[in-house]
Amino acid sequence: MSDSPVVVEQHGPELRHHFVTAEQQREASSLGMWLFLATEIMFFGGMFCAYLVYRLNYFNEFAAGSRSLSLKWGTINTIVLICSSLTVALGVRAAQMGKRKLLVILLLLTIVFGFAFLGIKGIEWYDKYKEHHIPGASFNADDLVHDYPQIHIDQAHEQIYFSLYFAMTGLHALHMIIGVGIFVFLTYYSWKGLYTPEYHTPIEIGGLYWHFVDIIWIYLYPLLYLIDRKPLG
Amino acid sequence: MATAAAITAEREHYLNKEYGIRSWLLTTDHKRIALLYLMSITFFFFVGGFFALLIRLELLTPAGDLVQADTYNKLFTMHGMVMVFFFLIPSIPAVLGNFLVPMMIGAKDLAFPRINLLSWYLYIIAGIMMLHCIVTGGADTGWTFYTPFSTAFANTKVIEAGLSIFVAGFSSILTGLNFVVTIHRMRAPGMTWSRLPLFIWAHYATSIIQLLGTPVLAITLVLVVFERLFGLGIFDPTRGGDPLLFQHLFWFYSHPAVYIMILPSMGVVAEIVPCFSRKRIFGYKAVALSSIAIAVFGFLVWAHHMFVAGISLYSAMIFSILSYLVAVPSAIKVFNWTATMYKGSISFSTPMLYAFGFIGLFTMGGLTGLFLAALGIDVHVTDTYFVVAHFHYIMVGGAVMGYLGGMHFWWPKISGRMYPEAWGRLAALIVFLGFNLTFFPQFILGYLGMPRRYWQYPAEFQVLNVMSTAGSTILAVGYVLPMVYFLWSMRYGKIADENPWGAAGLEWKTASPPPTFNFEEIPEVTWEAYNYDEIPEPVEVSLER
Amino acid sequence: MSEHILSSKMYYGIWIALMILTVVTAAVSTIDLGPFNTVVALLIASSKALLVILFFMHVKYTSEKLTKMVIISSIFWLLILLFLSLSDYSTRHLGHA
Repeated sequence: MSDSPVVVEQHGPELRHHFVTAEQQREASSLGMWLFLATEIMFFGGMFCAYLVYRLNYFNEFAAGSRSLSLKWGTINTIVLICSSLTVALGVRAAQMGKRKLLVILLLLTIVFGFAFLGIKGIEWYDKYKEHHIPGASFNADDLVHDYPQIHIDQAHEQIYFSLYFAMTGLHALHMIIGVGIFVFLTYYSWKGLYTPEYHTPIEIGGLYWHFVDIIWIYLYPLLYLIDRKPLG
Repeated sequence: MATAAAITAEREHYLNKEYGIRSWLLTTDHKRIALLYLMSITFFFFVGGFFALLIRLELLTPAGDLVQADTYNKLFTMHGMVMVFFFLIPSIPAVLGNFLVPMMIGAKDLAFPRINLLSWYLYIIAGIMMLHCIVTGGADTGWTFYTPFSTAFANTKVIEAGLSIFVAGFSSILTGLNFVVTIHRMRAPGMTWSRLPLFIWAHYATSIIQLLGTPVLAITLVLVVFERLFGLGIFDPTRGGDPLLFQHLFWFYSHPAVYIMILPSMGVVAEIVPCFSRKRIFGYKAVALSSIAIAVFGFLVWAHHMFVAGISLYSAMIFSILSYLVAVPSAIKVFNWTATMYKGSISFSTPMLYAFGFIGLFTMGGLTGLFLAALGIDVHVTDTYFVVAHFHYIMVGGAVMGYLGGMHFWWPKISGRMYPEAWGRLAALIVFLGFNLTFFPQFILGYLGMPRRYWQYPAEFQVLNVMSTAGSTILAVGYVLPMVYFLWSMRYGKIADENPWGAAGLEWKTASPPPTFNFEEIPEVTWEAYNYDEIPEPVEVSLER
Repeated sequence: MSEHILSSKMYYGIWIALMILTVVTAAVSTIDLGPFNTVVALLIASSKALLVILFFMHVKYTSEKLTKMVIISSIFWLLILLFLSLSDYSTRHLGHA
């Protein structure tokens, strides 16, 4: 039974009543998102483990498969995501300063970058389809065997590389789609004026999610595209 | 809502605050969500138990005469999947944890009440998927989904079972996330880490495992589903895939999962033993840190499930040594609970009987784990009934007994009623006897060479199998009894006051059942945990109907 | 989350750094460094990730030690998965029956 006087803190309608202060709510939300990102690291981690095991054992096939990806598109996509992380970070800053219009523009730009990434990914996947590099019954890596006569390429093992390629980029793309969806909501609520310098937690934690998806790509890019780009002797 | 109403008016609490199905299905009150979980996991416990009964019926005779071999494969698969993912993993955290974690730390609710409700809905969706999978034929891969059988050869509902568990996994992850944030951010003033009940430490450690382990299971199941659906070849040996990679990824989660299943029970025991010994817990810090140690070390031992699967001898040796190490923190707990009882004033209440059962049976289960961790012995007894007995001693003799002990201990708080103590003690005894009769013969069977997952066996094993089946029927009676008298007690049980056991802990400082926001006023904590030297004995721990 | 507002110049600076590192990693991949190609690629990727985490995700400016603990723990756990699995894979031969 406390003797201290009850302090009624001025707070907005967004304070949920099981929290004592707005700061407690903000810290809880932030910790919650970071923990969620930790689970995502382990989620992608399982595939990174598979990648590690097979790359060590089937390096030639991984190198050949990597070369067959478009360095141009992969690099452009990496740049697109980096730009989107910039717009997200600037967006958080705009929210902190209460600049609603700027926030909306930056969020919209982020969404545009997200769509650009997904569009390019679609182009790449279509190219793989045309080259018969999609694992399964129609898989055919004769082109790779032909292009690299100096190394032995086992087509069965080559399928493993492409299985991982599609699984990893597919899961990443799914996370991008979810991210774009989240940002559509954030943009709408921002435009409605819901976020203030005192309360813009959804922008912050949405931003954390987006940066995380960017970081996954930061690793996927060298692991999938840059395994062996040495000029062929 | 005035609570200081006329004397005849009923005090408002979380059960009577609102009536109607909407108030339950759309609740964000952690206590109501706990009860939603209670009903759901009890249902799945009996589904899993039904499969167990069929297995034991088949094994009454050496011949495969009750069901066909393929059907038998489905029986043990569905028994395992349902019991592990729909009963054991959620049980204590989702029921007792949800109910008690906010109360024990002096909070009004969990950090994310709506996510808590989402967890339950994900569990229900997963459960419906699993039920549909069962009634449309089920899977036959074993709960372990080993490839390439599950990816390339099984023609049963592998995809549906896998996706169901995937969804259930997210329910588990969100519960863990909620607990970690709550424990970090919502403790009442004065509730420092070193004053937390050990139940909280146990759930904190459990939540860490849920957060970091479950996602790996999730991605692994996704990869199996992709392989079946889209023909990816990650685990396909004909394409250079390694079936052992599946096992590495699967067991990376599924070994820590067994600690998800046991740690909460250990937390329950750590609350019951001091209360019914009227003594502070011996070695609070050791018990608290041992929970964290189990959570960490538990991630380092997974390949002990793969000793004979084809991993290299060197890695087998590493995992064997690590598996010995992981037993140490569990042993520390057993020593500390025992030391707590030394020179204490022991009462043999129902919760305490379950705690005793836990300590003895968990110790046996744990020690037989060390047998399995020894490479030489493992070669002989792996994939036999020795392993089956080992993990049932821990899961059933340990985890389920802890769960039942906790349900009895906190039943007055949850329902405002006392269960009938005599029946409680009787049921505990029946469970203990039934359990040992069911599973002790299985150690012998395994040592003698009876393989697991076989639907027929050589005639020389029949006597022990008959004993085991007889035990299982007794065990079933022991499980049904509490359900009956708990329900009975909600209408006819003695009304419980705030603290019928004279127990320590913030949850006992508020009414039974508690008000919706748990406390009339958030307490400020100035005392250490388990301050039994300051708490008066309860008037009676009565042996009455 | 810390509430002090950081200069937009800082964000643009990090953005430039990330772009430069991207170009560098693409370029380096065309040079033969033997086994070090992989090491360099991962080092650059990790530097980029670190920049995003510290600056874009504000981890450098937060007073919350817990955030850093969560990040370090999850990386550590991932490394457990990778390296303990390697203890098996590096000591047996895969795919050569």
